[in-house]
Amino acid sequence: MTVYLLCLVLFSVGLYCVLRKRNIIKIIIGIGIMEYAVNLFFILLGYRHEGRSPIFAEDQMIKNVVDPLPQAVVLTTIVIGLSVTLLLVSIAIRIYEKYGTFDITKIDNLKG
Amino acid sequence: MYLVPFLLIIPLGLAFLIALIGKKINAADSFLTAIGTSSLAVISYMIAFSVLANKILVYKTGNWISSAGIPMVVDALAAFMLVTVNTIIFLIALYSIDYVKKYTDQWKFYTLFMLMVGGINGVLVTGDIFNLYVFLEITAISGYFLVAFGTSADEFEASFKYAVMGTVASIFILLGIALLYSYTNTLNMADMANVLASKGPSKIIQFVAVLFLMGLGLKAALAPFHAWLPYAHSSAPAPVSAMLSGVVVKVSGVYALSRIFFNVFGMTAQISTVLIILGVLSMIVASLLAFGQSDIKRLFAYSSISQIGYIVLALGIATPLSIFGALFHLLNHSLFKALLFLNSGAIERTTGTRDLNKIRGVLSNTPVVGYTGITGALSICGMPPLGGFWSKLIIILACIQANRPVLGFIAISVSMLTLAYYFKALTPAMFGQAGKMAVNGAQKKVTLAMSIPMVILAVLSIVSVMMLLPNSGNALLNNAVSVLYGGRDYAAIVFGANK
Repeated sequence: MTVYLLCLVLFSVGLYCVLRKRNIIKIIIGIGIMEYAVNLFFILLGYRHEGRSPIFAEDQMIKNVVDPLPQAVVLTTIVIGLSVTLLLVSIAIRIYEKYGTFDITKIDNLKG
Repeated sequence: MYLVPFLLIIPLGLAFLIALIGKKINAADSFLTAIGTSSLAVISYMIAFSVLANKILVYKTGNWISSAGIPMVVDALAAFMLVTVNTIIFLIALYSIDYVKKYTDQWKFYTLFMLMVGGINGVLVTGDIFNLYVFLEITAISGYFLVAFGTSADEFEASFKYAVMGTVASIFILLGIALLYSYTNTLNMADMANVLASKGPSKIIQFVAVLFLMGLGLKAALAPFHAWLPYAHSSAPAPVSAMLSGVVVKVSGVYALSRIFFNVFGMTAQISTVLIILGVLSMIVASLLAFGQSDIKRLFAYSSISQIGYIVLALGIATPLSIFGALFHLLNHSLFKALLFLNSGAIERTTGTRDLNKIRGVLSNTPVVGYTGITGALSICGMPPLGGFWSKLIIILACIQANRPVLGFIAISVSMLTLAYYFKALTPAMFGQAGKMAVNGAQKKVTLAMSIPMVILAVLSIVSVMMLLPNSGNALLNNAVSVLYGGRDYAAIVFGANK
């Protein structure tokens, strides 16, 4: 149970970072933290106590295996998270070229 | 059934092919895009006829049994969306051939465009909730790129804000999927509906419903979550605005929302109330905000939010008539909002500005843009006999039939507000003296390849009322309504198709 709560704390740290920070690099880091929190949570859902990897072999008795599906799923979400982070960082670089600042409150050409 | 995977193979394959050869062979990128999107449109029509005959198509990827594998499921709702969306995508692709010539590295545009098309078709055909998430992300990420395609300061700002909000929404959706998986031990939507039905109502489902409402509500730009839409839609290149407003918001927002809430969770009174509140809020807030806009694309963006409000309100009422109204309005709104955004692109191209205070005399300068624009604007305002009138009428009738006359009254008032702000904004722009026209930047002509899609969209938004007549698309629309109204019967239908 504790570990799930820690996951929630991590998620909240990321959400706080996205909502409250003004530096766009910190916002990107916040998004990364949120993603890791959800990925960790998903992996923990598949965890079984003293489980082993679900590979069938003839001479082995399998008592308790971990759930492999969350691992496959998280692998995909890590890739998606990577591409989103890459996109955000590259846009941040171009924003810095155009506006000369990383402060999100000063990047406000569009209003209304 | 064998046709279903081609909805993914064609756009994704072409995206990588264009990335490989688009730079080397001149005009190969636009040619391949036109071929790909037209064949997608043809395939989706064939699939729609097949769905009318067979009720549902289930393609078992890799021949796994349906509950364990990742099936592609095309029922009447998905077929209806496929036909609508792929027709509009084809027209937008035609329009963009001449429009994107002003950018360098056009092949990147077409690559991202085809990736987005692949994501959209994937969302529509998938039967697996995690696959739904992956395709939502493909659509969204290519959308973030495309919004920034013009590489000006405004576009980067809009793209960054859209990307941050969209990613947070996606994370909420993923968290919801994780909780659902831990509760049901399956990711297959039909199987999940069965498990949820057998377990009965619980607190977890309510929590997950809230997560999905946040995530998909942001993708659909419902009122408290709408902040990204005016930025993204007004800054993006015109074909991308048309894609975002006409297609992406409908598919990754409204379609995913209705699929999950109706077919997986089953509609409850609470969800229905929340959807109605969100719908009414978006209708009122967005149409009031639209009054102050002087940027033509921003005006259209706010009116998109308000029209999505109509659709979600009608989905929330959840009677057969209101769902019919919602889907019909979705079709109409896709047609005329894509048309209006294409018009705004043509206007920007000829006058060099998006400022409504400077645009004058569109009708006399560019008659094609003027007349199609007026058709689209009249349709969105709900003028009979155009399509928008009938879908709004059905929604209002459904409100009254469901014994909620207040909602009907709100729908009528917002329709009048819509008429008012379109009238205020577009009358001087369309009929004003041409002499005052702004002349900054090179004035370009509206080419034939840009006019044809606009004319076709205008004609379609006039004749879309034919969907109400028997012996037309009506049967497909009615079947789509029964898919949503049937709720968790979806599971039985999907598994029934496997035998």
